[in-house]
Amino acid sequence: MTTEVPPARLSGNHDLERRLLGDMIRIRVFEERCAELYGESKIRGFLHLYIGEEAVASGVMSCLQPDDAVLATYREHGHALLRGVSAASIMSEMFGKATGCSGGRGGSMHLFDAETRFFGGNAIVGGHLPLAVGLGLADQMLGRDGAVTVCFFGEGAMAEGEFHEAMNLAALWNVPVLFCCENNRYAMGTSLRSSESQVDLALKAASYALPAWSVDGMDVMEVYRATTKALSAIRAGGGPMFVEFQTYRFRAHSMFDPDLYRDPDEVERWKQRDPITTFANGLLTDGVIDDADFDALWTAARDETEAAVAAADAAPIEAVGTLLEHVTRPVEPTTVPDASGSRDQDEVDEVWP
Amino acid sequence: MTDSATFDYAMPSLGADMDEGRVIEWRVAPGDVVHRGDVIAVVETEKSDIDIEIWHDGIVDEFLVQVGQLVDVGTPIARLRSEGSSTPAPDPPPAAPVSASAPTARRVPASPLARRLATERGIEIAALRGSGPGGAVVESDVVAATIDAPPADDNGVPPEVIAPRRRSPDTMRALIAERMATANREIPHYHLSRDLDVGELETWLAAHNAQRSIADRILPAACFIRAVALAAARHRELNGFWVDDHFEAAEAVNVAMAISLRRGGLVTPHIERADERSLAEVMTALSDLVAAARAGNLRASWMTGATITITNLGDTGADSVHGVISPPQVALVGFGRTRQRPWVIDGRVAARPVVTATLAADHRATDGAVGSRFVAALADLIDRPEELL
Amino acid sequence: MNEPATMTYREAMREALRDALTTDERVFIMGEDVADYGGTYAVTKGLHEEFGRDRVRNTPLSESGFVGAGIGAALGGLRPIVEIMTVNFSLLALDQLVNTAAALLHMSGGQFNVPLVVRTTTGAGRQLAAQHSHSLEGWFAHVPGLKVIAPATPADARWMLPTALADPNPVIVFEHSGLYNDRGPVDPDGGPVDIDRAVVRRSGDQLTIVAWAGMLPKALEAAEQLAAGGVSAEVIDLRSLRPLDLPTVSASVERTHRALVVDEGWRTGGMNAELAAAITETCFWTLDAPVSRLASLEVPIPYAKHLETAAIPQVDDIVAAANALVGGAS
Repeated sequence: MTTEVPPARLSGNHDLERRLLGDMIRIRVFEERCAELYGESKIRGFLHLYIGEEAVASGVMSCLQPDDAVLATYREHGHALLRGVSAASIMSEMFGKATGCSGGRGGSMHLFDAETRFFGGNAIVGGHLPLAVGLGLADQMLGRDGAVTVCFFGEGAMAEGEFHEAMNLAALWNVPVLFCCENNRYAMGTSLRSSESQVDLALKAASYALPAWSVDGMDVMEVYRATTKALSAIRAGGGPMFVEFQTYRFRAHSMFDPDLYRDPDEVERWKQRDPITTFANGLLTDGVIDDADFDALWTAARDETEAAVAAADAAPIEAVGTLLEHVTRPVEPTTVPDASGSRDQDEVDEVWP
Repeated sequence: MTDSATFDYAMPSLGADMDEGRVIEWRVAPGDVVHRGDVIAVVETEKSDIDIEIWHDGIVDEFLVQVGQLVDVGTPIARLRSEGSSTPAPDPPPAAPVSASAPTARRVPASPLARRLATERGIEIAALRGSGPGGAVVESDVVAATIDAPPADDNGVPPEVIAPRRRSPDTMRALIAERMATANREIPHYHLSRDLDVGELETWLAAHNAQRSIADRILPAACFIRAVALAAARHRELNGFWVDDHFEAAEAVNVAMAISLRRGGLVTPHIERADERSLAEVMTALSDLVAAARAGNLRASWMTGATITITNLGDTGADSVHGVISPPQVALVGFGRTRQRPWVIDGRVAARPVVTATLAADHRATDGAVGSRFVAALADLIDRPEELL
Repeated sequence: MNEPATMTYREAMREALRDALTTDERVFIMGEDVADYGGTYAVTKGLHEEFGRDRVRNTPLSESGFVGAGIGAALGGLRPIVEIMTVNFSLLALDQLVNTAAALLHMSGGQFNVPLVVRTTTGAGRQLAAQHSHSLEGWFAHVPGLKVIAPATPADARWMLPTALADPNPVIVFEHSGLYNDRGPVDPDGGPVDIDRAVVRRSGDQLTIVAWAGMLPKALEAAEQLAAGGVSAEVIDLRSLRPLDLPTVSASVERTHRALVVDEGWRTGGMNAELAAAITETCFWTLDAPVSRLASLEVPIPYAKHLETAAIPQVDDIVAAANALVGGAS
């Protein structure tokens, strides 16, 4: 591949550009702190970091409305953060605390937040794609015009049957769903070429008769433009769309991954295209921000993250006595149709046949 | 497949009303040499657990049923071959339960409910003999063991039918009710009683026993058995069976004794040809029967073929027993307790030990005259105990 | 009040679906061939003409896809009824049912419940061989977060569905294919029936037979034969496999002291094993015999009629097992 580093293309909307840069930095700082905390055993379980891929979440999430729904993968800290889930509740979740956004039941891979319609945090690769279809179907059938369900997944999911079933259903039923493929080129340690007969993922998706295209996922403005275009079409009733964001993770798949399957030179080449550095350089060059602004973004991100760590540290753990809560939700009597209520059938009420 | 050298041993019928049985223990193992009369298995029937004997000499080849398997009477349960014949098949017999051939001290199997009830009632489970699967003590066994006075003792109920079944007490009671109703409905009973002065018998017995070791002493019960046996031998119209609307006299006089079990219920093993044996032999046989019954080791041959039955309430029971006959027999003799009664001897009243003997007889088979002669013969024998020897 | 009508299990279930579609506009049905074809077992026949193709929605052959879409639709505020043609096909959706539908509420710390109803057929008896005849409801009953029910009478088919739909959790309804043509009384004003309660279908005092779905009619017939032989069997229709109504089962076994579990599923690790263990745990000191189990033989269900019959518990087997349990009564 080429080692040439293309310049980030700016938009002229400087507020947006500063916000997108800040968002990417927030994710970067948060994720790097997570790595550190994992080493301190504050965070356990599987931990998948988004470092290197920040442009995708930052670009897409900046286009969403409150009524939209979001589904993400197990590499979703950044998506949750930008959706508006507080850094403190995310960090608390990873600390396994009661104040975590999933009450300590989910951990790093299962961040959920009903208020912002953030539906996880899904760790069965491909498993959440059909859910996106269903959420879109609900919007469609309940007449919530304009609402969109955005579903993030890695390119590894495209080998799963559920990808195909979901794409087919979505196109068949014309549901308002944006499928965002975060192609970071490796499904854990298996490269795209080793797992896909057709490496042109947009072409593959297009076979389901929906608009599909590929964009540079290292360029936050490209991500933003593609998402804006897709969402406006979907909101207008255009049905589902598929966008492939070509990106790269700078760290290994998870914390327990020696990264034996990637050529260090390849990693290094991609790092030359660090979405934060390239975008910041462009903004600095164009005078959209100065060094002090840039530093301030990092400082703000660090403050946010440290406050989250402090909150998570101080937070109480969930009492073991609550362990069995949230397995099934109690039936509320008011939800039973027919006011007559349930019949008690303890007696021999019928002999049959 | 059987050939001239092999033969099958089938589930024996141990009683007219036995349709099926369950092998609960093998007493031999494949390869064992067995001889006629050897106990080869323990079979659980509705009545009791019974040792079954082999009728031919041979070598056990294989078992054809599993321990615990309920099979119809007549079903082959073991294959044997004649001694001296070669092993019929090169492959070893299928893995059959042979644990019985190497008995080890084992915990008495008992259902949880039985254990709980036994604990509550202060009954030792180990003292009970189970009627449940695999000989497990079950609820009804415990309930039966806590019945203060077994029904048969009060009513002269033929004991076979009240042996505990693995049923609830209510069901067991219902079964007794049904069987007794049948016996009462179908057998036109008549009852003849006579008070017997047993003073002479007691005196004679005391003198007899004084010359013997404790182990060889004779009990009055043995004398009653001999007396009944000899009386029955003289009045064979009362010694046999009512079958197919006619009486069939039995060839031998096999006197059954009702033996109450500590766990409740009764068994009625008999003493074969009691009229032909000496009093001492009858006493030995009686001791063996009681011990075997209490230990639960009754042999099949003791359980079938009784021709007349005795029920003896002993010294704590009622004065007399007007019993119900155990079909297809036609007579049952009940002995009440021994009590001191005024008795006229040579015109003078004296206190004498008296036992009331009551014959219950089937009026289809005999009339009162026959019964009366039987009772007279019985009294005569008790008066002259030396004839019982 | 209307008089109880006699209808088939199929008609009762269709009536329940019609009622749900009529009274709750959030309700819709989706599955393979539920519209024009009328459903493989004709349960949804004609409903698309009444309610339209959006609410009686054909799906492609994508069990995982449309079950997942059902979960998403439930999350989005609808009340989906997803029909999976047979329980064997539900294995293609096992990921969605077990990893998502069952786990989501807990995994999200109580935020996202999944009010989804999945209907599927179960059981053998129609010579459909090894890929259309299995009884796998016990697998689903294993999973916390799911509710698993198996209505066995037309009345329950009619009146358990409203309760299932009112439940805020995923409910899987197993309909035994052998029951669809069975007729029984259905009270049109019956009202919803609990989906967490077993019911005593026949009283008895010598043993308790626990059965459900396709085994219930067989258990009742066996009880009739046992009664003729003097054995009094109580028959419990489990109805709900998760949650298990142990109090009803235990109360019965504590009276009868003996339990026979009849399961069309396999023995090893089956629902019957769970019941036997649970009964033993709760009733141990009142048991007068080991808990007995009758289950399908450990073989994929074969095609040939005599082989299929031999593979699954039959009335005679139940009678024999019951007799053995009470002590060889004949």
